[in-house]
Amino acid sequence: MIGSPYIFGRNSTSLVMLKVMLALIPGIAAHAWFFGPGIWVSLLLCSAFALGFETLILLLRGLPLKPFLSDNSALLTAWLLALSLPTLAPWWLYAVGMLFAIVVAKQLYGGIGQNLFNPAMVGYAALIVSFPVYMTQWPAPIALADHALTIVDAFDVVFAGQGAISPDAYTSATVLDTWKTQVRLGTPVETILAQPMFGWAGGLAGRLGGQEIVALMYFVGGLALLSIRLITWHIPLAFLIGVAATAGVLHLIDPTQHASPLLHLLSGGVMLGAFFIATDPVSAASTPRGKLIYAVMAGFLVAIIRAFGSYPDGVAFAVLLMNMCVPFIDHFTQPRVFGHTRTAAKDAK
Amino acid sequence: MSNSDAALTPGQVETTPAGKGLMSQETRDIIVNGLWTQNPGIVQLLGLCPLLAISNNVVNALSLGLATTLVMAVASGSVALVRNFIPHEIRIPAFVLIIAALVTIVELAMHAWVPALYIVLGVFLPLITTNCIVLARVEAFASKRSTAHSILDASMMGLGLTAVLVVLGGMREAIGKGTLFSGIDLMLGPVAKDWVIPLAHDYSGFLLAVLPPGAFIGLGLLIALRNRMQMRDGGRGG
Repeated sequence: MIGSPYIFGRNSTSLVMLKVMLALIPGIAAHAWFFGPGIWVSLLLCSAFALGFETLILLLRGLPLKPFLSDNSALLTAWLLALSLPTLAPWWLYAVGMLFAIVVAKQLYGGIGQNLFNPAMVGYAALIVSFPVYMTQWPAPIALADHALTIVDAFDVVFAGQGAISPDAYTSATVLDTWKTQVRLGTPVETILAQPMFGWAGGLAGRLGGQEIVALMYFVGGLALLSIRLITWHIPLAFLIGVAATAGVLHLIDPTQHASPLLHLLSGGVMLGAFFIATDPVSAASTPRGKLIYAVMAGFLVAIIRAFGSYPDGVAFAVLLMNMCVPFIDHFTQPRVFGHTRTAAKDAK
Repeated sequence: MSNSDAALTPGQVETTPAGKGLMSQETRDIIVNGLWTQNPGIVQLLGLCPLLAISNNVVNALSLGLATTLVMAVASGSVALVRNFIPHEIRIPAFVLIIAALVTIVELAMHAWVPALYIVLGVFLPLITTNCIVLARVEAFASKRSTAHSILDASMMGLGLTAVLVVLGGMREAIGKGTLFSGIDLMLGPVAKDWVIPLAHDYSGFLLAVLPPGAFIGLGLLIALRNRMQMRDGGRGG
């Protein structure tokens, strides 16, 4: 989350990762408040699997454990993946996700700083392609659930499966899922938006939905990262504009098929993606103009995948697709070198 | 591919004393090259299109591998027989014609005797014609060497490819579906209906392994494993 030409020492890497994790805390707290304690279980599990896999691969590669384990990068990946996955999923789902994130996407490509793709999003993509059923069972907002789970219940569900309590009592479709299925069934937009889960974006003025407050808390955390200059404004702003503009155009064309930009900005993984995922310093573009192109395109893809794709959310695929374009984008957006004119720089190429 | 040319130089690997046992050094080299040192699947990386597409279970992998091996052996044998009569300038079209004729025979034969398998393998049967490993062996080996050696070389290369296909197919089927040999009745008839081995009960499946990305990841792991074994051996060969 630093502009790329600067090199930081190992301690600084660990500090940077730690600060990003701290910036996630408001979002996590809001998540726990509105969707129950399941998030603690998935954060704990993902962190444990991340450190486990990281240790295993470092041993296989014959690398020292302490400097690499204490750089906090595996933990940050674990947190980002945990926040993207449904809580209360079976424990092995988190294990498989972390296997793909840490082993395949990060270590097989050469470890920290070498990965072409965002590790957390590779884990997410592998899971949503392989286990779509588990990936769409999200916990219902506590206020709307028939049965609120305690933290003990949450551990029970994750490790022992859904025993005594029926999953229908505490899970529900997400906002984006509901929108997609209902619109395809031909339900009028007013009826869909009148469901309490849609909150503010659904027109219930003064009553924010749980997922909206979580999104706003990620926004607050992201602003904190901006203010301490861990990230620059380019990627978050361009990403949000990309989503909002594309969703806005689609909404203007056909409001009965496409949700409003506000709903898109405040649902799914957009806020988390804009400030914490798309800004990954390794897999994102690194020149200022490159960052703008990269993030606008990623935002555009999110809205397009949401509108026309078969998966309800598209942040992971959008970010991965744009990760692929990063070397190309960076190559063509090199800034003018100080002392050279723009044409001279071109001639030099 | 310079790798396939490398297989031409006899005696570049396996420095065991010549003339031991029944096989000559050259024969031994051809066998070791095809199965391991120059394995088409994980060393030369030739013929990957069917390798990646059809290796989603053991039965598909094995049947396409054997069909390819058959075509390779007969194609290399026939090209080696007529190699002195084909003008150098038009050798590639002539080779392709021979290969295409053989593939058509195999395809019709499979259509006649194992129609269910024929439907499953679909377009990948006729595509053996364009599989670069077939042409590579014909061009790099059979057009310059004796008939017997050419047949042996093509069979070993084919079996090497089949082995990789079966291992990859087994990995993908076991992880993706939790079974082994599903669909074996397509190959051996209804007798084999119960020969499918379920590895785990109540396995929900891991779709990624069966989908194309699973093939790429699996092949990458196999190549890594082979390189690792090569390094352990002290870097001989390859």
